[in-house]
Amino acid sequence: MPSLGADMDEGTLVSWLVAVGDRVTRGDIVAVVQTEKSDIEVEVFETGQVAELLVEPGTTVEVGTPLARIDSGSTATTSRGPEPTPGSQSEARPVPRPVPAASPARRHAGRVLSPLVRRDARRLGVDLGRVRPAPDGTIHRDDIAAAAMPAARPTRRRVSPYARRLATERNIDVSTVPGTGPSSAVVARDVPGAAPAAAKRTVDPMRTAIARTMERSNREIPHYYLSHTVDMAATVEALAAHNDGRSPRDRVLLAALELRAVALAARKVDEMNGSWVDGTFVPGDGVHVATIVALRGGGLLAPVIRDADRLDADETMRSLGDVVERARRGALRSSELSGATITVTNLGEDGVEAIFGVIHPPQVAIVGFGGLVERPVVAQGRIVAHPTLTVTLAADHRATDGRIGGRFLARVAALLRSPERLL
Amino acid sequence: MKLDYRGALRDALRHALANDERCFLMGEDVGAYGGCFAVSLGLMEEFGEDRVRDTPLSESAFVGAGIGAAMGGVRPIVEIMTVNFSLLALDQILNNAATYLHMSGGQFAVPLVIRMTTGAGRQLAAQHSHSLEGWYAHIPGIRVVAPATVADARGMLWTALADPDPVLIFEHAALFGVTDDLPDELEPVDIDRAAIRRVGDDVTIVTYGSGLYRSLEAADRLAAEGVSVEIVDLRTLRPLDSTTFLDSVARTHRAVVVEEGWRTGGIGAEVAAQISEEVFWDLDAPVGRVATAEVPIPYAPHLEAAALPSAERVAEAVRATLG
Amino acid sequence: MTIDPRHGIDDDTAVDLLSTMLRIRRFEERCVELYSSAKIRGFLHLYVGEEAVATGIGAHLRPTDAVVATYRDHGHALAKGMTMRSVMAEMFGKETGCSRGRGGSMHLFDASTRFYGGNAIVGGGLPVAAGLAFAEQRHGSDAVAVCCFGEGAVAEGEWHETMNLASLWNLPMVFACENNLYAMGTALARSEADVDLVAKAASYGMTAWSVDGMDVAAVWDATRRALVSLRSGGGPVFLELRTYRFRAHSMYDPERYRDSSEVTQWKERDPIATWRRQLEGDGTLAAGAFDELDAAVGDEIDDAIAFAEASEVEPVEELHRWVYSDDSTVVTGGEPTGGRS
Repeated sequence: MPSLGADMDEGTLVSWLVAVGDRVTRGDIVAVVQTEKSDIEVEVFETGQVAELLVEPGTTVEVGTPLARIDSGSTATTSRGPEPTPGSQSEARPVPRPVPAASPARRHAGRVLSPLVRRDARRLGVDLGRVRPAPDGTIHRDDIAAAAMPAARPTRRRVSPYARRLATERNIDVSTVPGTGPSSAVVARDVPGAAPAAAKRTVDPMRTAIARTMERSNREIPHYYLSHTVDMAATVEALAAHNDGRSPRDRVLLAALELRAVALAARKVDEMNGSWVDGTFVPGDGVHVATIVALRGGGLLAPVIRDADRLDADETMRSLGDVVERARRGALRSSELSGATITVTNLGEDGVEAIFGVIHPPQVAIVGFGGLVERPVVAQGRIVAHPTLTVTLAADHRATDGRIGGRFLARVAALLRSPERLL
Repeated sequence: MKLDYRGALRDALRHALANDERCFLMGEDVGAYGGCFAVSLGLMEEFGEDRVRDTPLSESAFVGAGIGAAMGGVRPIVEIMTVNFSLLALDQILNNAATYLHMSGGQFAVPLVIRMTTGAGRQLAAQHSHSLEGWYAHIPGIRVVAPATVADARGMLWTALADPDPVLIFEHAALFGVTDDLPDELEPVDIDRAAIRRVGDDVTIVTYGSGLYRSLEAADRLAAEGVSVEIVDLRTLRPLDSTTFLDSVARTHRAVVVEEGWRTGGIGAEVAAQISEEVFWDLDAPVGRVATAEVPIPYAPHLEAAALPSAERVAEAVRATLG
Repeated sequence: MTIDPRHGIDDDTAVDLLSTMLRIRRFEERCVELYSSAKIRGFLHLYVGEEAVATGIGAHLRPTDAVVATYRDHGHALAKGMTMRSVMAEMFGKETGCSRGRGGSMHLFDASTRFYGGNAIVGGGLPVAAGLAFAEQRHGSDAVAVCCFGEGAVAEGEWHETMNLASLWNLPMVFACENNLYAMGTALARSEADVDLVAKAASYGMTAWSVDGMDVAAVWDATRRALVSLRSGGGPVFLELRTYRFRAHSMYDPERYRDSSEVTQWKERDPIATWRRQLEGDGTLAAGAFDELDAAVGDEIDDAIAFAEASEVEPVEELHRWVYSDDSTVVTGGEPTGGRS
């Protein structure tokens, strides 16, 4: 059975135009086949003798089913013969004419419909095809009446997908939430615990990190606080002399001396220089002083100057200037942000008199420096106005107590009063 | 410099003709008449009849010729006077331009640009008021863009000309007078991304073309009511830059689509379907659609106005999503 | 003074013409079988009887000349130089087909021979051919575009529009109208108020004449003259090639619209038999040469079928490829060329 059209799956043999024993030549018309659209003449592609007619007229077979056997006189299959299509049988297998697909009208076949039932259906506008009959096929007037009533459907609460999601996330039973949205639906704003409109600005990760550290510090470390006000007259004068004649780049700032004082004091009073780890104090492997740098636009960094006790004033100043500049530029290496054994925080520039810092765990101390304030002091029995500085210590009470803290702070103060030791 | 939409289109054409010898413009009345909407005014005088060609009233033939010429290695800009007349060339656009590349197994690309005017609002009645860009956006194998701003009107053509595949540019007739300040130098713009024209938090309006201006007006009114509206100008209807509007709706949780085509099966239906498919779990309200009423556009001005989307209808649709 | 039946065609060309026609004929006959055994699917429109037209025209075309044809395109494809392998594999739906199996019988495309389809919409290829010709005019080359279409297209608006445009713009194209008297089942006289196609064409200000499409030498000669006229600025040319298809419109067609006796009559003017008689008669073709040719053609077809059978189909994952161009698509033209600024 040849394929004669794009949508042809099967055809019906109408008649044979040849008989067994007839000679046929390639191209001869040998049969007539009926398809959905019309009757078509079928040609043969072999030359030879008709050996056997395999399909009876009136039979419908699938495309590809052999209809006849032609003896072409050679045993070799000609390469020009049509290849059997996959799935076709070598024997003819006539397929009984298929029952046409049931049309809607025929679905009523077999159902018993009384004229009254039919009239009801017409009047109530019920599609008989949708009415389920009784097992014996009958449809009763009650069935029609029931089909005519709108189905009672349980009303479903309206909850927007977003609100439902929020309710799930917050463990709220959405059926208890009244709705104020379109069609009285429960919408996001109705769900309790609604967060304020999502911040359109993303949270600054640095702020988050700082917050976390401060939180932890306050939570874990029992702080004690000491302060000392230092007469800085001599140091200020010595510093001015030291810087006299120097280019601005080479000048040493008070902040560097302050840092140096802390470093030297920490070397001496080394209980302040290290870490509190697993319930015990671990001394630092050197004096590595972190200095807090405020960044423009908010945020803080604490770059570490390693072995700060070994640097002289100029070296300390250079290091300090370098890390501050690179911190502000965001050019610090990560190794420079860790390993501190003690921290210095300095708000001298900001006009603050004293600053009590928060210890950066796992360190055990933080030294705070305020700005220079002119105060009346007693010198040589007279009251004079000298520049003074308030230096503070916040220390971990687990690692040290006031005596040691006091000793440390006294040492810092002593160094600050002795410029010849710092410069 | 101050430029209006019409001047921007003209600038784009001049730039193309001046910078690519293969380019030429052809269409009805583009030359001697100066363009039905004066877009190509002066161009024939400047570039000559060979590069600004008047065609007979044969949409099918000159669009098909554009296809053949593009395949033959030149860069035609075909102007179909309006989308209303493009229907005469639909066979060429769909069966040939959109299809050759895929059907030939990747052999024949059609680097053709077709420009047409679209839209209603000038009492031109039913046969001259169609907005069929959404319909064209149904067809795989072409790109469909709709410049709403003066900058886009000026910048999209050059990018379209560089595209190896057919690009249909829909210029809205009612926007010709819109003005804006643009740099002196023509800057090409991309034709594959949507733009957020207004940032907001409460609801996303997805729109294009004339819809942008109605949405902006609606957004101003709504701002006075305390509603913050975000507006996404699609700019390209095929392929749709879904990422932009889906991200926006995921943030605002509400969406309204504004288009000048008819509602049924319009581009709004596609946008709404994508929103439903991709960000369903973020929706706080059903997606609203504002489109042209399902009628042929009438002549009488009050009827035309009633049929077309308006700023107030847009605002109403937005309010409906808030409940 | 009788007309030289050879129209001055030299022996080599004469044999080439016969060979091409025979290749087309045998190819088409084989397609019948392959379609019947469902190797070829969809629509199949065969060129049997009309071979002289594609052959006579194709003999003059260079690779740079463009051809646009219809869904009855096998003959034109082979005559333009496409291989049997690529056409057969295409109809088998394989990746090695000229259109990667995406087009089938009706949509043969080949960039290397400038064969632009295989167009299934009657009249749809005419404007495209005009555009291809227009491009050549702008390039200043002497390449031409040939559009082959059936007489049924003359009823379509696109034919009238394109005839006018081509004539108006003096486009270098040939309108090759293959008048086989039936547009599917509609006879010309039932479709056209005036069946004089040449007169219709001439009314567009175009050079037009009618040719015996069953005589390959006449087609060859007409094409030669048309191209001479075209290339010397004579404008587009319309040729009405009077021909006849011996088989039905497509594989499914009960041919209710024509009498089998008409078919028999036309078969007596079989272009291949006629030309063979001519060449054997004037000594160009030796005895047995035809059978040798036939055998060689048979081998070529066998090879094409084996190739098609053995080829793979395009991976399904490629379905979306070439909806738009990618790096592999060669778009003529390249970067914008600098112009006046």
